[in-house]
Amino acid sequence: MAERQYDWKAIAKNPKFVELHHKKTAFLFGWWIFSCVYYFLLPIGAAYTPGIFKVKMIGVINFGYVFALSQFFVSWGIALYYAHVANKDFDRLTRELIDELHL
Amino acid sequence: MTMKKIIIAATLALSVASAAFAEEQKGAPAASPAVSSPAEQGAAAAVAAPAAQAPAAAVAAPAPAAPVKKELKTNKVITIGMFAVIIAITMGVVVWAASQTKTASDFYAAGGGITGTQNGWAIAGDYMSAASFLGISGLISLYGYDGFMYSVGWLVAYITVLLIVAEPCRNAGKYTLGDILSFRTSPKPVRAIAAISTVAVSTFYLTAQMVGAGKLMALLIGVPYKMSIIGVGVLMVGYVVFGGMVATTWVQIIKAGLLMSGAFLLSFLVMLKAGFNPIGFFSTIVGSPDIQDHVSKLVLKDGVILAGADAGQRFLEPGLYLKNPLDQISLGMALVLGTAGMPHILMRFFTVPTAQAARKSVIIAMFIIGGFYVLTTLLGFGAAIHLTPQGITAVDPGGNMATLMLAQQMGADIAPILGDIFLAFLCAVAFATILAVVSGLVLAASAAIAHDIYVNVIKDGHADQHEQVFAARATSFVVGACGILIGLAAEKQNVAHLVALAFAVAASGNLPVVVLSLFWRKFNTAGVISGLLVGTIASIGLVMVSPNMTYPKVVAEGAKKVIVAMEKKQAALPAGETLGEKDAKALAKAKVDAQLTGTSMLGLEKPLFTLKNPGIISIPLGFMAAILGALAFPNRRSEEMFDEVYVRQNTGLGMAKAVEH
Repeated sequence: MAERQYDWKAIAKNPKFVELHHKKTAFLFGWWIFSCVYYFLLPIGAAYTPGIFKVKMIGVINFGYVFALSQFFVSWGIALYYAHVANKDFDRLTRELIDELHL
Repeated sequence: MTMKKIIIAATLALSVASAAFAEEQKGAPAASPAVSSPAEQGAAAAVAAPAAQAPAAAVAAPAPAAPVKKELKTNKVITIGMFAVIIAITMGVVVWAASQTKTASDFYAAGGGITGTQNGWAIAGDYMSAASFLGISGLISLYGYDGFMYSVGWLVAYITVLLIVAEPCRNAGKYTLGDILSFRTSPKPVRAIAAISTVAVSTFYLTAQMVGAGKLMALLIGVPYKMSIIGVGVLMVGYVVFGGMVATTWVQIIKAGLLMSGAFLLSFLVMLKAGFNPIGFFSTIVGSPDIQDHVSKLVLKDGVILAGADAGQRFLEPGLYLKNPLDQISLGMALVLGTAGMPHILMRFFTVPTAQAARKSVIIAMFIIGGFYVLTTLLGFGAAIHLTPQGITAVDPGGNMATLMLAQQMGADIAPILGDIFLAFLCAVAFATILAVVSGLVLAASAAIAHDIYVNVIKDGHADQHEQVFAARATSFVVGACGILIGLAAEKQNVAHLVALAFAVAASGNLPVVVLSLFWRKFNTAGVISGLLVGTIASIGLVMVSPNMTYPKVVAEGAKKVIVAMEKKQAALPAGETLGEKDAKALAKAKVDAQLTGTSMLGLEKPLFTLKNPGIISIPLGFMAAILGALAFPNRRSEEMFDEVYVRQNTGLGMAKAVEH
């Protein structure tokens, strides 16, 4: 159970950690807000601008259907983009930080 | 010991409260015509209480043909055979899992030994209930576009899980919600209140699932309701008590696999019939005379006259089912924030070894869940084309049997025996679905009671592994037994709103305090307690004064309108003719209901709060209470410890402690 003691305050002030914190916060909350706005446009649009939802796009398939379907692809897209950025940037910064601390 | 008694009393009180909630709904159905939208709770409502929607549908859309009550006929031998196979496989898993479960970490978190991919499938299996499987495709088959729109929120909810809670919770937690919240606060009160909130959310959700399970089994294989509840309950208790998280995880993985296979197979057959031409598929919907007829009857209620291709096109446009936009937004908020606050979902992130695995598991779960809902569209529209909305409502007015009927027909079109086999397979999938969801809920509630309350509050964290595992098993047994009893007691009641309530409590109580604990330096004990209390009480309180409750005078007013309409209809008939059997029954029932008087459970004559979903009010209240509570009682230690929490949750440093036991 002997746990290694860390100086949490010092780590929190480490430039690498500050960089990680800034990048992550901007990315996570930014995309979270985007996904919420995009999602709530669906019930709001369906209720208050039904005319747009009824516009036919391909054959009988209308804008409303395409928009609802796009929600799935946008969510998947955000998830994959996040995985890409996290694997490339956030994990790398975290590894570098941990390597530095263990020196 | 007094603490223990308090906890037991609190748990019992919650059970009674949820039973009372259900009790209030007795005799509610006639309220529907008075409310603009029949069921905002949507699909969840549909499966949990098919009976409750029946009168509304019967009044609203009388079938053109004689109202013959049709039944879905399953081949008993094949169906029971498939059930037996599922029970045998899962029992094998339990025996194997039991041999692996030696420590508390094994029991609650599968020793942190689940991989990201496995956990992704398990999350999907934990999340998708019979309501999403049968209910949403049913909604699409009867109301078209609105059913599809309803399903979107259930996937988008996972963006919050992915971006905000999954990885920090993996890094900062151990087994339960209480672990995350108590890190830099006074552990005892915070753990106690977090446990009560977890038990409340799980009880609401579990009650809805158990009642739905009982009704579904009775409908599918003709087993009486009480027998079904006991059967499902005994299996659920067996999985959790003996196999803990390992068995629960594998039951969920097996279920998700079965569910996806079923959905793929059926969608393939539906698209095969449409020649794999999506544009042609949608043209068939618009051109179907049965769908056109069904839609023109639906819009006639709103005084709109539509016929032919216009009516068919209307099926692909919004507004046939979801008629109150504010209620929709309120439900959307509860889903988007509530999923990330659901204890049984949070608990899944403690089963993987690293934050990277937690991330991977959410992304895999998102593809499974989203893929399933996209396929559900094909199933719902396919059912509308091949079975007709009239044929579906003849079997079940809520449309819950649409997918199963479709399976039978698609199979029978190839060979009669295949119809029976497909139907039996889909019934078995529904059965596995119920087992997977209820097991996850029982495990989450037991972990809160055994780990937070017993080990950490009563025993001050001083309990050896043997005692911890024993406490966990004993608690699971008791929680499971309570689940069975509540299920038996709630048979005749409408429990549909309990699912939405569970999400609302998770979104208004749990989520604000989890997010603020992880991301706000000034957050502390007072904030956790005020946030959890206000969020939980506000959502329960708003539901108690909402249209979900029964208001006898409102019911009576609706009934009077029905009487007037029926009398007009009678007057319009040629002399000597009487109303059809269905109309006569509706009239007789309305005459009884019109005599109703009195007030709702809280002594109200009409709802104080007009939305069925409280989230739009209770979520901001929960956040505000958490923030104000923390600011009113600042705590230096909590602020000083923020650096530790924040570094831990971002880097995973110090996490070894959480994985080792």
